[in-house]
Amino acid sequence: MKIELNGEKRQVEDGATVDRIVELSGADPASRGLAVAVAGEVVPRSLWPKTVLRDEDEVEVVTAIQGGAGEWQLGDRQWNSRLIAGSGGFRSLGAMSEALEASGTEIITVALRRLDPAAQGSVMEVVERLGLFVLPNTAGCYTARDAVKTARLAREAFGTDWVKLEVIGDDRTLLPDAVELLRAAEELVGDGFTVLPYTNDDPILAARLEATGCVAVMPLGSPIGSGAGIRNPYNISIIVEKAEVPIILDAGIGTASDAALAMELGCDGVLLASAISRAKNPALMAQAMKSAVEAGRGAFEAGRIPKKLYAEASTPDDGLPSLG
Amino acid sequence: MNSIDSDRTSDNTYDAIVAGAGVIGLAIAWELNSQGASVLVVDRDRPGAGTTSVAAGMLAPTGELDFGEPALLEMNTISAGMYPEFVASVERVCGGMLGYQRVGGLHVALDRDEAAELRRVHDLQIESGLRADWLGPGAARELEQGVSPTLTGAVLIEDDGAIDPRVLTAGLLEALEKESVEVRVGTEVTAVRHRHGQVDAVEFKNGDRINTRAFVAAVGAESGRAEWIPDEARPPVRPVKGQIIELKGNPAEPICQRILASERVYLVPRRDGRLIVGATVEERGFDSEVTAGGLHELLREAYRLLPDVSELAFLNAVAGLRPGTPDNLPVVGPTSIDGFFLATGHYRNGILLAPITARAIADVVSGGEICGPMSAASPARFDPARTGASR
Repeated sequence: MKIELNGEKRQVEDGATVDRIVELSGADPASRGLAVAVAGEVVPRSLWPKTVLRDEDEVEVVTAIQGGAGEWQLGDRQWNSRLIAGSGGFRSLGAMSEALEASGTEIITVALRRLDPAAQGSVMEVVERLGLFVLPNTAGCYTARDAVKTARLAREAFGTDWVKLEVIGDDRTLLPDAVELLRAAEELVGDGFTVLPYTNDDPILAARLEATGCVAVMPLGSPIGSGAGIRNPYNISIIVEKAEVPIILDAGIGTASDAALAMELGCDGVLLASAISRAKNPALMAQAMKSAVEAGRGAFEAGRIPKKLYAEASTPDDGLPSLG
Repeated sequence: MNSIDSDRTSDNTYDAIVAGAGVIGLAIAWELNSQGASVLVVDRDRPGAGTTSVAAGMLAPTGELDFGEPALLEMNTISAGMYPEFVASVERVCGGMLGYQRVGGLHVALDRDEAAELRRVHDLQIESGLRADWLGPGAARELEQGVSPTLTGAVLIEDDGAIDPRVLTAGLLEALEKESVEVRVGTEVTAVRHRHGQVDAVEFKNGDRINTRAFVAAVGAESGRAEWIPDEARPPVRPVKGQIIELKGNPAEPICQRILASERVYLVPRRDGRLIVGATVEERGFDSEVTAGGLHELLREAYRLLPDVSELAFLNAVAGLRPGTPDNLPVVGPTSIDGFFLATGHYRNGILLAPITARAIADVVSGGEICGPMSAASPARFDPARTGASR
């Protein structure tokens, strides 16, 4: 009989099951991100061996997420890229579009305060064209009340209950106000939001935010836009070690090695804006950040050697080297 | 609609119709007229009521320089070079002075962080072959004694200048009137008619229909949404909101001699003692509300830069919409409809780019081509059929 597999006519034996078609498609049947639809209806994996195809059936085999090694979970979703981009500070929309593409990011955070999502031809048009997930933030809010109100407006405006919660304590340092932040986080979690709080690099506060039900905690490396890197890597390590939710380093990254360091410390992702948008060449810096995040994560997963005071020859001189 | 019979009468036919009586539209009319073309200018409001009325009028190719924008720098520099002659040509006819001055600019760093940013931009200015001098705190305060004593460094840009866009608008209007070029206010375009891909007439809300073979849309941010612009000619222009404040000082004792700028604010002194404090940059669609937060930010930064501003009288605060484009370059030149020209998208540089835009449009309307740096402003760069780029 004849079927159509991913838009291509294929000859298959009569009585072929979905299992067989998956095999024909060349996809790895064990891959978690695999979905099959027959005549527009998704067939659950458990029914693959039992579902027999009919002549002229249209079958779609789709790999929902590329590969397996890179994917990670944030909130109720799987992601490939561990780089979250900010939308502020770009010199032009064109520069922003190029840089976001080069960064490979899947998530972009936008400030409701600074952007009207309904405005045409603006940042949102670039975001839509690139198919990015919008993470609204509450930048510019100084009180819990203000942040909660802004988050609710963002939910309406962007049609998402995700929010990057920022409650700023002072406009010179833009450091978070811990007391207001925790209050706002409690209220928003209670209101059904998926909350990602931007916080100080304080392990106790990070644990408190996690306990309120935030889906991730986003400690700063150094003040927003400072490009000063990770000022207290020890605290970031403690936060990572204690956390059960993803830790995303937010703010302070200045160059690629800062992003790599965050990932080597075990962060699940990094969020950065100015480091890319204000670089002399934003697209090139975005590409560098992408590589740095991947390299840092790779090094973390590979497991670094301990730091030692004295040398240790890679080929020991007592005993014979094993030549292969 | 009015009668088709009147179409062929000579007083109902123009070589070119320009929509938009801001500085861009008026400069285009001025240039077309000086080349001998018959021109009509129309505006739905009064002249200069749009972005022109809120522009600070900085003519600052060096001070506005940013990374990755060499084409814009080239246009800005050439247009700044055209300014003295452009202004003189208008002054000769209108009889008054337009107050154009190469006052210079002083860009100030108020702390160590700002100094690092200023150094970076100064390096770029030097690499780009522009004149810009680094000054220590002492030298900077000798030039501008009111500047905050906490400054850590400054860059002096002697070539940058300024003009009051309202004075320029008034001068252009008067000069055009003396040259018998008609500017119709309160006249809204409803349709630009074209036959066989060639513009032949423009229709207005009051029912008028006027024949022309050249139509120039110089309507700023409106060009992104005006219904009478056909889709195939519509530029990807968006409004970028800016708020500015006007303060009033004593003209006998100017608060500063030059344009003063920090990383977050600029101050432009006018000869009559006014001081323009600008400007916010906001992606808020067609919202042009003046906000407390916007004013607070401007005044706070103005006060940090020049503490004396606290003594000035408050005149007013306004918000306007810059016509922004995806690459920050203007959209100037022919479209896929013969005789339909665009002159918009000037973003932060509309006043500065008026002379070069006027020259480019006059050249294409008279059948020539746009060459030199303005070719980078061609509307064709956004045409997906030609460039593969999505709008």
